[in-house]
Amino acid sequence: MEKNPLSMQLKLKPEDFLPASNEEKESLVVMRESVSFWKDGLRRLVKNKVAMVSLFIILLVMVFSFIVPSFYPYTYDQQIRGSESLAPMQYSEQEQARIDAGESVFPHFLGTDKLGRDYAIRVMMGSRISLLVGLVASAIVLVIGSIYGSVSAFFGGWVDMVMMRITDIIYTVPDILIIILLAVAFEEPMKQLATLPGFEWIQKLGVNLISIFVVFALLYWVGMARIVRSQVLMLKESEYVTAARALGASNGRIIKKHLLTNCIGTLIVTTTLQIPSAIFTESFLSFLGIGVAVPMPSLGSLASDAINGFRTYPHLLLAPALLISLIILSFNLFGDGLRDAFDPKLKN
Amino acid sequence: MLKYIVKRVAFALLTLFLVATMTFFLMNMVPGGPFSAEKAVSQAAMDALNEKYGLDQPVSVQYKNYMLKAIQGDLGVSLRQRGRTVSSIIATKFPVSARIGGMAIVVALAIGIPLGCLAALNRGKALDNIIIVIATCGIAVPSFVICTILMYIFGYNLGWLPVVGLTSWKHYIMPVVALAFYPTAYIARLMRSSMLDVLGQDYMRTARAKGLSQSKSLFKHALRNAVLPVVTYVGPMVAYTMTGSFVVEKIFTIPGLGGEFVGSILNRDYTIIMGTTIFLAALVIFMNVVVDLVYKLVDPRIQLK
Repeated sequence: MEKNPLSMQLKLKPEDFLPASNEEKESLVVMRESVSFWKDGLRRLVKNKVAMVSLFIILLVMVFSFIVPSFYPYTYDQQIRGSESLAPMQYSEQEQARIDAGESVFPHFLGTDKLGRDYAIRVMMGSRISLLVGLVASAIVLVIGSIYGSVSAFFGGWVDMVMMRITDIIYTVPDILIIILLAVAFEEPMKQLATLPGFEWIQKLGVNLISIFVVFALLYWVGMARIVRSQVLMLKESEYVTAARALGASNGRIIKKHLLTNCIGTLIVTTTLQIPSAIFTESFLSFLGIGVAVPMPSLGSLASDAINGFRTYPHLLLAPALLISLIILSFNLFGDGLRDAFDPKLKN
Repeated sequence: MLKYIVKRVAFALLTLFLVATMTFFLMNMVPGGPFSAEKAVSQAAMDALNEKYGLDQPVSVQYKNYMLKAIQGDLGVSLRQRGRTVSSIIATKFPVSARIGGMAIVVALAIGIPLGCLAALNRGKALDNIIIVIATCGIAVPSFVICTILMYIFGYNLGWLPVVGLTSWKHYIMPVVALAFYPTAYIARLMRSSMLDVLGQDYMRTARAKGLSQSKSLFKHALRNAVLPVVTYVGPMVAYTMTGSFVVEKIFTIPGLGGEFVGSILNRDYTIIMGTTIFLAALVIFMNVVVDLVYKLVDPRIQLK
């Protein structure tokens, strides 16, 4: 029968039902693997030179502050008699005599302070404390802020209203006031707690350091909570949240599994940018004299101790000051890089 | 509009009340009193002092007494600076800080906004990179470092500027520069990113397409829209800068409100803590209202509700 070109009828032949050949199968294979959110962001992050250099500097500072001190020949509270106030790379008379006698003496790269403590190790220990404050404080802020913000946005209505007014009030009180009051208020109870069995570690870390953590936790989650809230407000209208609720998921599960995981990019970026601000505030507290306890140094306390003798020993101020600036700068630039890489709005 | 104003004022008063309450109880939680730091004060003398200022009563009674007076505008007398009222201390110290802070804000706006615009307009070019690096360094250096370095270079090495006090215009230069450093850098960054946002908008292309000159489209359309985030930041910043920075005031020995505030906390001068906190909080709240009104002025589409 002649085939009518206009006919709509299907004319199937038996060959059409044969299994597909390998060539045919290949044409259906997806050309490129799908790129996940993380891979995509990571690829863009690695391309960003400024962010990678900052990351390298951060890692370098971490190595110097957490690993190097454990095998450094001097310790941060060791006072070397006769080696007070040395200039960088200078040896005291006794040390010079030992060198002349054939002994090898480890040089003081940054000199010593007026109590004869090696300054290089003090700067390293100081950056360890500053980094610890920054990292731990930001972690606490992340936890409190994300829970508070997401609960406030998720339940909405009067819950949201009350919770947000509370953050407004905390925002209005001058933060220096709360920091100083809390730091002073925590000192006594913490000291008492440290004498109880099981809490000796408080003494070891220093009462002030713990107070600083607590103060940051109580104060700086406000900004984080606001950011998370605005994100969750947007996300909670999505279909997958409705779907999850229809499937019987509890509120806690929806917040944990669906809402918070979907604003993870924002969470990471905000936390990274929180670290420098915590370090900043810690240095300010040390400047006031209510930072970490002596003889433990922090970069802020080293710098503020050096201010009085600045005209005679400028390197004692410059070393910690430059290091604080460098750490804050790298975290800021790295955070900016993270935001550029993981913020969906900034694609292209 | 009237309803809006009434609502704003009512909420401002409520916030102020809660801030004062919180500060009062926090302050009393802190161990040590205003007289315990003084040497050679006998127990009897201390008791007498406590009784004189009503500090021997329970905290709740003290709170009630203080609030009743504060509502009538009486902030009490200083506990450590004998015979001076809190209002007179604020009245003498605030103008000093406000003058330096006000100048610093003007400097920050006058430098920060043009820098940010310049960076955005030259996106990706050398000028942009230079401005970004400077601005990022600016927000990374703590203020006490800036103060000390300024003092070292211009005060001691070059000897151009006086280091201590506030008697001539030359004295103002270093504190103002030190105070303006951070906000300038922050505003430049903020301005750059919001300007980039605006430059990519459709209405900018429309403005150019209908034949508006580059400068006219920039000033009439771009700047007006891009300046909103800066306004949000500058509002509370004005309040905090005008009330003085402890670090700058301490290093340059300026008798301002910032030093007074921190000093009062460390000394447990209860009435001054309360007075300065209420003053500062009122200023912050007031500036937030101003920000909303400026919003309305800059962008008439915004509805106040």
